[in-house]
Amino acid sequence: MASKIETAEFEELVKANMKRAYFSALVILGSHDEAAEASQLAFVKAFRSFHKFDKSKKFFTWYYKILKNLCLNMIRDNKKNVSLEFLDTQVYENGEMDLVEKNELKHNLQIALFKLNAVDRGVLILKEFEKYSYKEISEIMEIPIGTVMSRLFYARKKLAELMKDLI
Amino acid sequence: MIDEKFIYLMEKYFDDELTIDEKSELNKFLEDKNYRSEFEEQKKLKEVFMKMTLKNPGNDFWDGYWLNTYNRLERGLAWIFISIGVILLIGFAAVEFVDRLFTDDGGPIVIKVGLVTLFFGSLVLIFSLLREKFFKLKKDKYKEIQR
Repeated sequence: MASKIETAEFEELVKANMKRAYFSALVILGSHDEAAEASQLAFVKAFRSFHKFDKSKKFFTWYYKILKNLCLNMIRDNKKNVSLEFLDTQVYENGEMDLVEKNELKHNLQIALFKLNAVDRGVLILKEFEKYSYKEISEIMEIPIGTVMSRLFYARKKLAELMKDLI
Repeated sequence: MIDEKFIYLMEKYFDDELTIDEKSELNKFLEDKNYRSEFEEQKKLKEVFMKMTLKNPGNDFWDGYWLNTYNRLERGLAWIFISIGVILLIGFAAVEFVDRLFTDDGGPIVIKVGLVTLFFGSLVLIFSLLREKFFKLKKDKYKEIQR
């Protein structure tokens, strides 16, 4: 059984990482309900293995591996179609696109992103939405920084191909 | 084939981290029309991403996030205790049942044999299901995914 101190320490970690955990799951799974479930279940799994966590390392890097595997298992097991609703349009003071255009772009980007494999999608989202540095992505995905860069390049290229009439 | 150096310079350009020397190196690449078109394509997509953000589920969700996670944790523990309790009780009942069945001289032999085979069959079934689950976990193709 975990001590109160351990639970309190874990609570702090959950609160500090819940947003990036949820959003990381959201872009892999595509729906709010599944992202909420996956990110919380991954925290439960992380808590059960918390004694194995090397506290000199970043918690999220360790946690992300659990989350990613859980999400991939959910995709494998869940054959039903999910409704893709994970993007919002940014609000600008001087909007250069009208709402209809933005919504169409959002809709198509969501569909195109989901045609990529989960790993390409993940790396794109970590960079473009979560604003992680190449070094952080490299740590999370356990690949060299150069590979992160080329993976981003080719993921964007695939996406451009999928959206060629829209951008 | 795209030069890895070009990708490196372009990513740095997007992050606004190019040095003066690197800028001129990138410009040399961009004199080639293939590299120029790759660059423009990537830039357009970066602009599309800048217009988007991830959908935020709202404050109520974040306020209840830890509590929901804690509830899952607590329920997980509760299920472990319940399972242990059920296994102990069923085990005890099974032993008692078999003991009484064979110490009791009365009753038809066919019922005794039927109950023993039913019990044995159930054990084999449970063992088979557990083994299947165990191998499924072991062979989980995403379990050790490394990219």
